[in-house]
Formats: sequence, structure tokens, C-alpha cells
Amino acid sequence: MDQLLQHLVNGTVLGGTYALLGIGLTLIFGVMRVVNFTHGELYAFGAYMTYAFVSLLGVNFYLALALATLAGVALGAALELVLLRRMRRADIDSVMLVMIGASLVLQNAEMWAWGGVAKLIPNPFAGSPLVLGPVSVLPLRLFVLGVSAALLLGFWLMLDRTRAGVAMRATFQDPETAALMGVRVGWVNTATFAIGSGLAAAAGALLGPVFMVSPTMGDLVGLKAFAIVILGGLGSLPGATLGGFALGFVEEFAGGYLSTEYRDAFGFLLIILVLALKPQGLVPAKERIG
Amino acid sequence: MSKLLPWLFVAALALLPVAFPDPYLLAVLTSAGIFIIGAISLNLLLGYTGQLSLGHVAFFGLGAYTSALAALGFDIGIGFGLRITLAPQPAWLGFIAAIVVAGGFGWLLGRLAFRVRGAYFVIITICFAQVLRMVALNWIELTQGPMALISIPPFSLWLPGQGVVALYSKAQNYWLVLAVAVVAFLVVRQVVESRIGRALVALRSNESLARSVGIRVTHYLVIAAVISAGIAGAAGSLFAHYVRIVDPDVFLFIYTVTMVIMVITGGKGTLWGPVVGGLIFGLIPDLLRGHAAPEAQWVAYGVAMILFVMFLPRGIVPALASLRPRP
Repeated sequence: MDQLLQHLVNGTVLGGTYALLGIGLTLIFGVMRVVNFTHGELYAFGAYMTYAFVSLLGVNFYLALALATLAGVALGAALELVLLRRMRRADIDSVMLVMIGASLVLQNAEMWAWGGVAKLIPNPFAGSPLVLGPVSVLPLRLFVLGVSAALLLGFWLMLDRTRAGVAMRATFQDPETAALMGVRVGWVNTATFAIGSGLAAAAGALLGPVFMVSPTMGDLVGLKAFAIVILGGLGSLPGATLGGFALGFVEEFAGGYLSTEYRDAFGFLLIILVLALKPQGLVPAKERIG
Repeated sequence: MSKLLPWLFVAALALLPVAFPDPYLLAVLTSAGIFIIGAISLNLLLGYTGQLSLGHVAFFGLGAYTSALAALGFDIGIGFGLRITLAPQPAWLGFIAAIVVAGGFGWLLGRLAFRVRGAYFVIITICFAQVLRMVALNWIELTQGPMALISIPPFSLWLPGQGVVALYSKAQNYWLVLAVAVVAFLVVRQVVESRIGRALVALRSNESLARSVGIRVTHYLVIAAVISAGIAGAAGSLFAHYVRIVDPDVFLFIYTVTMVIMVITGGKGTLWGPVVGGLIFGLIPDLLRGHAAPEAQWVAYGVAMILFVMFLPRGIVPALASLRPRP
């Protein structure tokens, strides 16, 4: 029982950042029909930017997290303007190939710039865990969960309450009609890719101090983001949120009770099963956003 | 003339070790050749069926592990106190086993993945390779995990008058890879020019139309997947016995990407595309070696992929063919 509670807590902490990753990816797919292979690299980019600000420039930890997220937004906007804008009429496979090329460039540029040695980001939190009854959790992880939840909430409010959010939802449902209604679809695409990238960078910035930062950290995470999105149904935002927590729990419980070594494999097996048996995902997108 | 030219090309390649017995050159060409075989097999799926299969390295890796394990032998427990034991087998048997096992998994993946299309298909294929990598990393009793399978014996061939000979020299391995590449090329050509190939091209251009005239789409896609996987398994087996060490990194996504770049730049859906693309991208790394960091090479690969898809999406071979004046 105690162990169960501990796994629940760990799964929730992990799930929060997974949800951030999944929402960014699914938003980009839903609005732009782009399968974003650079998502994992933006996660790594967020972590490296945090490292650069905290360790090299001596910026305050919290400010560094915000700056790293903004850097992710900027990089996302640049990718959209330079690559995706030209590919708007291309078929989905060609766009995927371009994005794979871009992820190859980003990952190896990171390796080139930072070297292959993993880096540690110092953080202001205590190293000893908080103990609440049978459950113990590091304060840093609680902070990560809190910020993820705040970002998720902020994102929902943006989508639900602002004009930009309305434009995004309209483009999500039908780009052509949205364009006829005066939505500037080109800029919605740029904003969508920038926000999605920013969320990935934020997830990297948050998890960077928890784990180590290495150039290949984006590889597995990029695939996991796909797993989350597939679980929830490609292009479904509530699905991606649920999928994020679902993957967090599956990994935590399967890792805890079945096999630690295969922990990461369960997520992928789950995708193959879900796609083979129920290709629409667990939450079929009836209304495709919001 | 145009029928003769390819054979002259093969003859020139076959005479190369005699004309330039430079071991470095041969080593570079041999590993390029192994990847070209992989690219030839990938082209059958990517080029002729139009399905962007990004887990292709799974079959390459399965072939490598199957062949290596057959040659080294193994003794594993499968639960309930039962054990499977295999004494070391000759390399050619491992080669056949590699083709069979990879082809079998090609059938399995085809059955599962061809239920869906587009982004979903791509993601299933990537996950498939990823799961195999994790199995290779963690099933230590069978695969040795990250410690890798080492001291894999080289290929051996029965030659008339000499009995069974182990292929240790660079030239012998080069010839073997060349021979398998030629066979792979001919097999793919045969498939493409057969009824299967016509069905594949039909469903590539318009799947619903193909289905409506009675082409069993999934059936033909699975056949293509099995053949493609079998050839990739053969390439993996060549790799295992040539490099003589196999670790879980043979399942890395980056190798699939390498094969994809070879097919795309050369020209997907053309028989010579993967060969041309494979020669370019198989030789570039060694030309760059010493002049640039390995990361720079991958950055260049990524840029090349973006530029080709954007500006020359059909690849080099069709572009050259359209330059030639038509009678």
C-alpha cells in the first residue's frame, strides 16, 4: 500500500512534464498537420539553455527557467519561418523528412557545442526529501509538478479565453474557413509552433535539473512525446494531457512492479498495441480541440 | 548499351581490389556496400509502396543479432526450468537464419502497422525498432546487453578445390558484399517488374482506386515488407560477420535515417537511386574524416536531407534522367 502511494506520487510528477510535452506536440499536429520530429531536440535545448544561464552566466535559477522557455519559443518560431512556411503545400511525408533533417542538425549542433559529457544544473532546493507519512518526495520534484500544472492551466486559459486562442482553435478545426473569416493562418501556424516548442523547452528546463543534461536526452523524450500523443489520439488536447499522466503511471508502475530494465519499453509497446487495436487513440477526437 | 552498362559497372567494382589493393579503400567500400544493401531494401517500401517506414534498422539489427547468435551459439533459460541451447553454427546458416527471422518480423510488423497510414504508420515503425533496442540492451543472457556480442567468426564459404574457407581478408569480404548487393538489386528489380510491383505502384499512386479495382492492398504491402525486411536482415548478417561485434546500437534511429537519406537523395522509387545515394553518403564520412568533427558530418546530412526534400524531391537519378535528351 505504502509503495502504491509512492508510485502514485512519482507517476504524477513524471506525468505533469509528460503532459507538457504531449500538449505541445499534439497542438502542432492538430493545427499544422506537422509530425514534429524536432520536439525532443527542443526539450534538450530547453535543458541546455537553463544550464547555460545558471552555470555559465550565473543567472538566478527561476529567471533561467523563464529565459530558457523563451529561447525555445524563439527557436520554434525560427524553425517555422525558415522551414515549415515553405512546406505548407507539401505532403505530410515530405514535411516529416524535413523535420527529421532539422532534428539531426539540432541534436548534432548541440553535441558539437556542448560536448558529449552530461552536465548537472545546480538548483536552490534542498537535497533531502520531504517525508509525508509513507511517501517521500524531493522538493525539486514538487516544484516541477507545480510549475507544470501552472503552465498547463495557463495554456488552457490562453486557448479558451484569448483572441489568439480562438484563432488557433478555428485553424485547428478548418484552416480554410478560418482564413475566410479573417484569421491570419500563417501567423497562427508560427505562433502554434512557437508555443508548442516553448512547452517542450519548458519541460526540458524543468527536468534538466532533476536528471542530467546530455545531447541525446531528446531522443527518447521525442519518442515518448509521440507515445503520449498517440495514447490520447493524435490532435486531441485533453487526450494529450491524459496520455501524459497515463504514460507517467504506466512507466512508474510497470517499472516498479514488473521490470526496471524494461521501464522505457512499456511505453513503446503500449503505442504499438494502441495503434494496432484502437488507432484513434484512447480519447477519440470528437470535437477536435478544447 | 544501356543493358550492358550496369554489368560493366559491376565488373569494374569487382576488379577494383585487383587494380587498387588498398585495404582502407576496400574497408570503406565494404561498409558503404552493406548500407547500400539496406538502402536497396528500404527503397522497396519507401520508394515503391510510398510508406515511410522509419523502423527499417530493426530488420538490419535483427539480422545482425540472429546471425551472430547462430555463429556463437547460445544457452538461455525460458522459464519453467526449460532451456534453449544452440551449438555454434556455420556462418552461412546464420546468414539464412538472419533472412528468415528478419522476414518473419517483417511479416509481423506489416500485419500490425499496415492497418494504419501516414503519421501513425511512421510512429509504429519507429517504436518497433526502439522496443527491439531495449530488448537487445536488457536481455543480457541472450545478447550480452551493452557488453555486446564479440568475437563473431568471419564468413566462411565452400570453394571448389579449397574446401571451407574463412573470409578474413578485406578483398574477400568486399567481393561477398558486392555479390549480395547485386543479388539484392536483382531481387528488388524482379519484384518491381512483376505483378507485385505493379500492384505496389498502383496503390502508391491511388490507394482507394487500387482497392476498388480489386488489388488486395494489405496483402501486397505485407509481401513488400517481408522481402524488404529479409534483404535488410541479410545486410545485418554481413555487418555482423564483417565488423565481428554487434551491440544494441545497431538499432539506433540514426542508421534508419542514414538509409532514408541515401534513398531520398538518390531517388526513391528508382532502382539505381539507393545505389547512387548510398555511394555518395557511404563515402562522404570517410572523405571528411580528419577534416571535420563527426557531429559536423551529421549536421551536413541533416542539411542535405532538408535541401533535397525541398528542392530536388525526386532525387538525383530521376533528375539526371530528365536531363538526357530523348530521341
